[in-house]
Amino acid sequence: MSVSSLSPSPTEGLSSARFEQHLSQRSYLPAWWLEAKAAAWNQFNTLPSPARTDETWRFSNLNTLDLEGFELPEDASQHIPNLSAFPHAAEIIFSNRQLVARSAVPSDLLAKGVIFAPLDEALRSHGDLVREYFQKLPANLGSEKFVALNTAFTGSGAFLFVPKGVEIAEPFVVQHTLSGANKATFPHTIVILGDNAKATLVEFFVSADNGRHLASGVNDLHAGPGSQLVYVGAQNWSRDTLAFQTNSIVVERDAKVLSLNVHLGGRQARHESHSRLLGPGAHSEMLAVTVANGAQEFDQRTLQTHVSPNTTSNLLYKNALLDTAKTIFSGLIVVEPDAQKTDAYQKNRNLMLSDDAEANSLPGLEIQANDVKCSHGSTSSRIEPEQEFYLQSRGIKPQAAKQMLVFAFFEEVLNKLENEDLHTALRTLIESKFKK
Amino acid sequence: MSSLEIRDLHVALADSPEKPIVKGLTLTIKTGEVHAIMGPNGTGKSTLSKAIAGHPDYVITSGDVLIDGKSILEMEPDERARAGLFLAFQYPSEIPGVSIANFLRAAVQARMAEGEELDASGYYKRLYSKMDLLKIDRKFTSRSVNEGFSGGEKKRCEILQMAMLEPSFSLMDETDSGLDIDALKIVAEGVNAMRGEKLGVLLITHYQRLLDYIVPDFVHVMYDGRIVKSGDKNLALELEAKGYDWVKTELAAV
Repeated sequence: MSVSSLSPSPTEGLSSARFEQHLSQRSYLPAWWLEAKAAAWNQFNTLPSPARTDETWRFSNLNTLDLEGFELPEDASQHIPNLSAFPHAAEIIFSNRQLVARSAVPSDLLAKGVIFAPLDEALRSHGDLVREYFQKLPANLGSEKFVALNTAFTGSGAFLFVPKGVEIAEPFVVQHTLSGANKATFPHTIVILGDNAKATLVEFFVSADNGRHLASGVNDLHAGPGSQLVYVGAQNWSRDTLAFQTNSIVVERDAKVLSLNVHLGGRQARHESHSRLLGPGAHSEMLAVTVANGAQEFDQRTLQTHVSPNTTSNLLYKNALLDTAKTIFSGLIVVEPDAQKTDAYQKNRNLMLSDDAEANSLPGLEIQANDVKCSHGSTSSRIEPEQEFYLQSRGIKPQAAKQMLVFAFFEEVLNKLENEDLHTALRTLIESKFKK
Repeated sequence: MSSLEIRDLHVALADSPEKPIVKGLTLTIKTGEVHAIMGPNGTGKSTLSKAIAGHPDYVITSGDVLIDGKSILEMEPDERARAGLFLAFQYPSEIPGVSIANFLRAAVQARMAEGEELDASGYYKRLYSKMDLLKIDRKFTSRSVNEGFSGGEKKRCEILQMAMLEPSFSLMDETDSGLDIDALKIVAEGVNAMRGEKLGVLLITHYQRLLDYIVPDFVHVMYDGRIVKSGDKNLALELEAKGYDWVKTELAAV
């Protein structure tokens, strides 16, 4: 047993001593990485906590962002998740920040130069590549302090590199699991697609028990010219988790990125996603589905930045709200002066299943070019009584009928996934929330 | 043999219960029988069928509806359906995002005992054979319920549901409306194929045309919320020849 289990250790919690220990455990990693971590730790300590006057935190609950008592787990715990049941190219599994299982990348993909590895491993084998893309264009939508905390402590997460012209139909999968009380994790995943490459990466974020957990995850998703990237991030943290997830999506000329975030768990879960359309013909499809129940709060902040002409983006975030749950959607489309012929859409749809739930929507446009098509909108609706009656008139029980209509509401989003197996896996995951 | 008994039924809109629409209607339908209710627009025909199915927009102010002597008025719409009732809607709902296959599977599953597993291959076999009968393309199973369907497709989809759920009593509300003659023939063939000792049908229609293809055992004329005249299939022909004014004049004379 470790000494810390006998007496309070100065390295407990997310303290400077614990950070120094974390750093010293990684002395074998490149110097630039350790320096970036040290700088991030300073930044975390310097940056103020979100305040009521911050526009980027409007409507958010700020009294519940307490990081006190959380600690970095060092043991993989008893919990070793299974490999995913649906067909996949390769998989990496972390439990309490430790690499606990992985399936090998098929040899034909390795021969083509595909890299799919835990971040720490990639830092050693392909340090320069990681360095080039790591937080190259950070999201900066309000959670900079928690992103800095991620950089300081990250050690889990995956690195996927698909070289020019390589197309892979089956998804790469990463699982992050937490268990035990007051445990924290800081996954960082980087995806780089070369010219005309095609790949899918799916990340699952799950609590194995009902413990108090903290998660701050960050992604750098980079789609090179003509490439096609599908990213799915599905979280089902415990009901006592404070969760942050920040996606940075960079889309080059003629590339297409589809990102889908599924939000189920957490006490308070904030998701930030920033798409940058850097080259003509670039397209970003930004999707999310959220099931908010109990007293959960889901906080979603998005930015679609059109930098180049002839770029398109389409955001569709759908929330189903039950009980006294709360959602916040704040989205902005920015069209820069050069980005003529931009075609940008942003829709937030809320399905209100309770009179006591609260959906906040703050859509925004900032257009600096004169020849563009942009629209945004948000709606709140209830279940259509005529549809409910129709289902019930066929003998379907009220609860099942309601659930079918909630899924029907999500289907417009889930249908955009071409991979049927993945679609089914996500449906099953969402269904599990209704069965609790 | 089962029976659906409508006893002195009074129905109003839930929003205005003081204004009755159905005003004391009595009718018994036994399995094996096909009844037709004809009548001018606005006489309460559709209200009758929706109220029996339990539509929340309507309130039954007095009277009773019984299946095999047991009142169904305290039952929720889904319980009534599982008790053997089926409503073929005049205007079926469009439900984007729910495929026909999933919808029907849920409806079939709702009729099974707790924990009993649906035999998926048997289910699809049965579904496809009913679809073939109704000349519905098998690709429709993956389409959303009624979404973007033509009038004829919607009505055929109603009959498909009826065929899959095998109700004891089917209330068919203006099933002929919006159908061209070819679609009408297909729908009628579908209903005729289901006729038999296990099914009682109440056809609600404005026109006699449907009754050329689904020949009823009994015809009732509904006017101002009640049945004012009953007879056999010849009554429908008489009505077609003389028009609804004939009934009004006859009533006025009484």
